[in-house]
Amino acid sequence: MRFFRDVATIAHKDLRAELRTKEALNASIAFALVILVLFSFAFDPDPDEVHQFSGGFLWIVFSFAGALTLNRSLARELVNDCLDTLLASPVPAAAIFLGKVVANFALLAAVEIVALPVFGILYSVDLRAHLVELPLVLALGTWALSVIGTMFSALTVNLRLREVMLPTLVYPLLIPALIASMILTTDLIGGEPLGAGNSLWLKVLGLYDLVFTSLAMFFIDTVLVG
Amino acid sequence: MRDKILFALLAVAAGLLAWDLYKIFMVIPDEVNQGYIFRIVYIHVPTIFTAFTGFFVALVASAWYLASGNLAADAFAAGVTEVSLAFATIVLVTGSIWGRIIWGVWWVWDYRLTSMLVCWLTYAGYLMLRRAIEEPIQRARLSAVFSIFGCLEVLFVYKSIEWFRTQHPGPVLSIRNGGGMSPGMESTIYWNWLAFLCLATAITMVRMRQEEMAREIDALRRMAHSY
Amino acid sequence: MKALEIDGVTKYFGDFPALRDIQLSIEPGSALALLGRNGAGKTTLLRILAGLSRPSKGSVRILGKNVREEETRRRIGVLGHSIGIYDEFSAEENLMLFARMYGLANPRMKADEWLDRTGLAHVRDGLVREFSRGMRQRLAVARAFIHDPEVLLFDEPFTSLDDRAIAVLQDLLRGAREQGRTVIMSTHQLREALELSTHVALLKRGAIAYSGERLQEMLDDTGWLYRNYGDA
Repeated sequence: MRFFRDVATIAHKDLRAELRTKEALNASIAFALVILVLFSFAFDPDPDEVHQFSGGFLWIVFSFAGALTLNRSLARELVNDCLDTLLASPVPAAAIFLGKVVANFALLAAVEIVALPVFGILYSVDLRAHLVELPLVLALGTWALSVIGTMFSALTVNLRLREVMLPTLVYPLLIPALIASMILTTDLIGGEPLGAGNSLWLKVLGLYDLVFTSLAMFFIDTVLVG
Repeated sequence: MRDKILFALLAVAAGLLAWDLYKIFMVIPDEVNQGYIFRIVYIHVPTIFTAFTGFFVALVASAWYLASGNLAADAFAAGVTEVSLAFATIVLVTGSIWGRIIWGVWWVWDYRLTSMLVCWLTYAGYLMLRRAIEEPIQRARLSAVFSIFGCLEVLFVYKSIEWFRTQHPGPVLSIRNGGGMSPGMESTIYWNWLAFLCLATAITMVRMRQEEMAREIDALRRMAHSY
Repeated sequence: MKALEIDGVTKYFGDFPALRDIQLSIEPGSALALLGRNGAGKTTLLRILAGLSRPSKGSVRILGKNVREEETRRRIGVLGHSIGIYDEFSAEENLMLFARMYGLANPRMKADEWLDRTGLAHVRDGLVREFSRGMRQRLAVARAFIHDPEVLLFDEPFTSLDDRAIAVLQDLLRGAREQGRTVIMSTHQLREALELSTHVALLKRGAIAYSGERLQEMLDDTGWLYRNYGDA
């Protein structure tokens, strides 16, 4: 279908542009590593304690570092008014949006792939339990970050205080997804499988992704075309 | 006409509040377990209802604006959200005081209070967003979309935090911690809610008028500067 | 079927009417010069025609259909104030990207063809960020024409173009006219615009002050229109 081809074109364009300079990617990874190190000075946890908050900690790292990438998502289109040429083209606004979400998802995943092993080493946490389910939870949570982050990057793209606005607007909205992701991640890293105890949170996360992806695709045209 | 409605609402609110305050302080006895401080629930609970009602009404108004393009709907949504934010602040403050007396700490991560805090952050963001957009129609459009996201997210937040607290129990500010409510208590809560709704509506109407005047001034300024 | 039908278009910014009840239509193959002072509403109108902005009231139809539909946008070429191409990509990558977005069958071939036509073949792999201004403008022109649009919407296209870019653009516009394409162009450069156009519309404070065929008087005396219909 043409729609998905358009999504692929936009996603490919964004990824190619980012990989050429790697500015946002490097900044995000560096920021993630800094938080990982700072935390050990702030709290100096021992290995047992770490297990209790591993999920919470990791998702704070991912969401803060991710903000650097997400902010640039629509901002990069402002140079030379490329956003106008995108909107004037036959590519539907929803495809532009989804393409960018996919690209952001890939970039955030790259940050996570680097940050996770570093976390495991620095805090002596064995991440090898549940090597199938952990990526699933990471994927669902990262999708939530990408959808909301990209949507509000679009909403604030023309505003004066864009860089300040974006985190302020986005983090409260992400709280349900972050709670679910944190709990599931802590459980999985602690050795507990996905099952009766935490399937509720998996459903919350899945429902959140579904509802807000649909909502964003519905409203993106209204937001981008004034 | 509008002024008459405004004064009528304020009069009703004032009357109800006066009567309820009399009942709260003079008539209703101390609650069995929690003592004198329990009276704060007659402010705390109705303000919760009012705040959540307000956020839901803002959702409807925002959707109405997007469907109709009528800027009055936007002025209404903005006014309602502001007023609800004020009520949410009262919820947080009264909850904090209540928690301090009962649990000895200035903040308890009670799930309702936490949800209200998240709502507060979300809607403070809405007002900040509005302040950052100068052109009225763009402001209406973008804040309406944000309001819809915010309100739907509130549903997720409320349930998520409730389930979280079920798994990680903590102190709870609750009516049910006590021995249940005696007759006269519950009805007072609902009468107070009505009073707060009248007050909220009146203030919203004032805010709406302010938004409309601001828009007129903006248009005059644009006209003066363009030609 | 008209190429362009603007029916009662009004655009508000807040309570301020930037465009007031615009009524205009042109036949396919015409070339319309949209004139007016700064702030008259030319760019606002063109953005609505390009589908970048929605009118507060009224409707716009291009080639019989609503401009926000994908099929219509496929047949429109847009050139605004900015070049609308990506600094971080090469000339060829940019054109291939846009060729793909417009659903063209052979993006690379089309990109190379247009790099030749705008004299940029020798820098096809150069990053746009390193181009001179004239080269960027020619690439922008290539982007606007690459999908062979039937309707061209240009907002002050000759402004800040260097000589070579002006020559390329004039050539392409004449070619487009010969092929029966419709051109709508807002401009301050009266001479170039009037020479190319068949029709003229003058916007004054958001409303149409004059619209009709280009008259000989306008060519002979470029101030004629403003003196008689505009604020001189």
